[in-house]
Amino acid sequence: MKIKNFYNKGILNILLMVLAVITLSGCMGSGGDSDSSSETGTNNDNGSNSEGDSDEITLEFQQWWGVELPDGVLREIVDGFTEETGINVELLSNPYADTKTQIAAGAAASTMADVVGLDGAWVYDFAKQGSIANLSTLMDDSGYDQNQLSDQIQVDGNTFMIPVANFAYPMYVNMDILEEAGIEDIPETRSEFTEVANTIYSETGKAGWAIPLSTESPSGIQNNFMSWLWASGGSMLDNGQPNLTDNSDLIDTVEFMKGLFDDGVVAPGAYAMKEADMVEEFTNGRVAFMIDSLAHLNTIQEGAPDMNFDFVPVPVQEGFSGESGMDVANWGIGVAENSEHKEEAWQLVEYMMSPEVNAELAVYANAFPGNANADPDYSDADDLFLKAYELYQDSNPVNEFTGLPTSEELMRTFAEQLQLYIEGDTGEASEMLSETQSIWEEAFE
Amino acid sequence: MTYQNVNRGRSKKRSGYLKKKTEPYLYLLPTVILMVVLLVVPIYMVIQYSFFDNVIINDNPVFVGFQNFQELLTNESFWVAVKNTLIFVGGSVIAHMIIGITFAMVLNTKYIGPKLKAMFRVIFSLPWMFTAAVIAVLWKMLLNPNGFINFLLVELNLSSTNLEWLASRDLALFSVTMINIWAGYPLFMISILAGLQGIQSQLYESSAIDGANHIKNFFYITLPQLKPILISLILLDFVWTIQQFALIWMTTGGGPIDATEILSTFIYKQGFSEYQYAMASTSAVILLIICTIVAIFYVRHQRGQE
Repeated sequence: MKIKNFYNKGILNILLMVLAVITLSGCMGSGGDSDSSSETGTNNDNGSNSEGDSDEITLEFQQWWGVELPDGVLREIVDGFTEETGINVELLSNPYADTKTQIAAGAAASTMADVVGLDGAWVYDFAKQGSIANLSTLMDDSGYDQNQLSDQIQVDGNTFMIPVANFAYPMYVNMDILEEAGIEDIPETRSEFTEVANTIYSETGKAGWAIPLSTESPSGIQNNFMSWLWASGGSMLDNGQPNLTDNSDLIDTVEFMKGLFDDGVVAPGAYAMKEADMVEEFTNGRVAFMIDSLAHLNTIQEGAPDMNFDFVPVPVQEGFSGESGMDVANWGIGVAENSEHKEEAWQLVEYMMSPEVNAELAVYANAFPGNANADPDYSDADDLFLKAYELYQDSNPVNEFTGLPTSEELMRTFAEQLQLYIEGDTGEASEMLSETQSIWEEAFE
Repeated sequence: MTYQNVNRGRSKKRSGYLKKKTEPYLYLLPTVILMVVLLVVPIYMVIQYSFFDNVIINDNPVFVGFQNFQELLTNESFWVAVKNTLIFVGGSVIAHMIIGITFAMVLNTKYIGPKLKAMFRVIFSLPWMFTAAVIAVLWKMLLNPNGFINFLLVELNLSSTNLEWLASRDLALFSVTMINIWAGYPLFMISILAGLQGIQSQLYESSAIDGANHIKNFFYITLPQLKPILISLILLDFVWTIQQFALIWMTTGGGPIDATEILSTFIYKQGFSEYQYAMASTSAVILLIICTIVAIFYVRHQRGQE
């Protein structure tokens, strides 16, 4: 009986071990698999990026676009690719911040999805790490006509990201607040803006302006601070290197920003505010002006259907008469260096960049196409969107943070130094910029 | 009995002996494998990374010995993070303990009916049920300059202006510590409540005969009886709070400037924003050392109890 028990235990033991080994293999094998939010194309059931029993290929496409586009649109678009090429696409869609972390982790572990959605701010670091493939080579190999691309994000002369959709950052204005404050003319210069913001605050008690400066997501520096500099034709770079010290345009912009804070016309809580918080403040009718992505147009309209708001050009420095720059953010696309199917991955990129598909995506995303030949049908678009499109066409699209090393960290350090200046810890704007320059230079070494 | 039979019997005995000896290790094997893969290997890798110039993004990292540690320990931002971590952790643990004891004693009192007691137990335990993301969103709305807390303060004439709880350098660390206290006190409360219910009522009866009042009862009976639970809770809470990341990241991101920068946010920024994985590993090793020291105290304390 005892021996029998012993052998029973032995069998149980072996079973446990086998189970443990299976569990462990499962854990180890799941690294590259899809997460809960993934969707696989209709022609594929295995959800893996390896070749199955047949010669079927499934590409993983990791991005945040699927979350921001209307339900099912991205799936529909990539299904078109599968129909055309027979290559399956597994979508790994997560919010922007999660996508960034997952792509960074994938880059570190060489488990990046075959095709990845990229932000221009990440490109330099991933390119230098050797995590994303050189698209120039892939384009040359396939004989792709590069002239149709409106932009290419390059590092050391090679393309690593292609913008698929461009999101303009125009200035939103709440016309109801302006009316309440008795303001009839839209400010065109910074001094006029300061005056209007002060009037709004004194007449209505509402904030004239909002800027998100949270260090968790420091893109406020790019989208809400530098927009002022670029609108007046200024630049923070010189030959691709930081040019902050003694940059008179930048000194003026920093002083202008401090002036708004000193006057108390900036929405409170700016140092912990994120872009979404700013949009919420604007939607709730507590802020008169903000610079924000056109992508939020629908959100604002749905949140405040009765609010009368409009788009206006960002006010410029006194005496400036040149072409204004307008901040743009991109949904970029790239190919992972670790992909076993680079050729097929490039085919997907090419498909996404084809004029028809690119135009369709731009319309759904409330964006402007990355393919210069794309002709999006905005006929059903909102009048406000069309007005923003006009403003975009009259401006020079610019984003100097794209392709810079540790872009996000550059924005974060700038935000911290700006806060120190606004708080009075740093005496002069030039001193603040000089300090930021020295920090930035370390990243460029 | 033939020679062969004797031999067979011996070999059976030997294999039985071997099986008996190896059996416990076979039972342990799945756990050991899991611990090695999920614990030992990652810890080993992080420690190894901390001795190289930069890893992961660099194909040929160079061994630099303790240079990263030297650089980190002379980094002003690191010490700001250490100072903030100490305030955040110290404040949280002390407040957790005080609030936990207070609420547990309230819930243990005989003056409240059982139904009411059960209801309060559920209400007071609620914060423990929420995830960090929910807590962060909830408190961001409450502490918004135009939020409910400021509305109350202004209405009650306790403040003349809307305070920037999370955006002011003077208030941000206090605010995130408060949020963490709110999120973590129920664990103390529930554990202490269990401890209070285990104290023999005879102790209080005899102290009443001796003429001891409630305060003396608390300090000479309740607290000494709760001491083992309290020490365990304090040590565990210290380790959990020092690793708190999500709450800080989602409310302030370590700002304004560096007002709420703690070790976990400092490490995250080094790794995922600056891509300095070796330096991030070095900071993580220091955090690991601190947690290990606390863990040793915890284990010793547990053993002492046994």
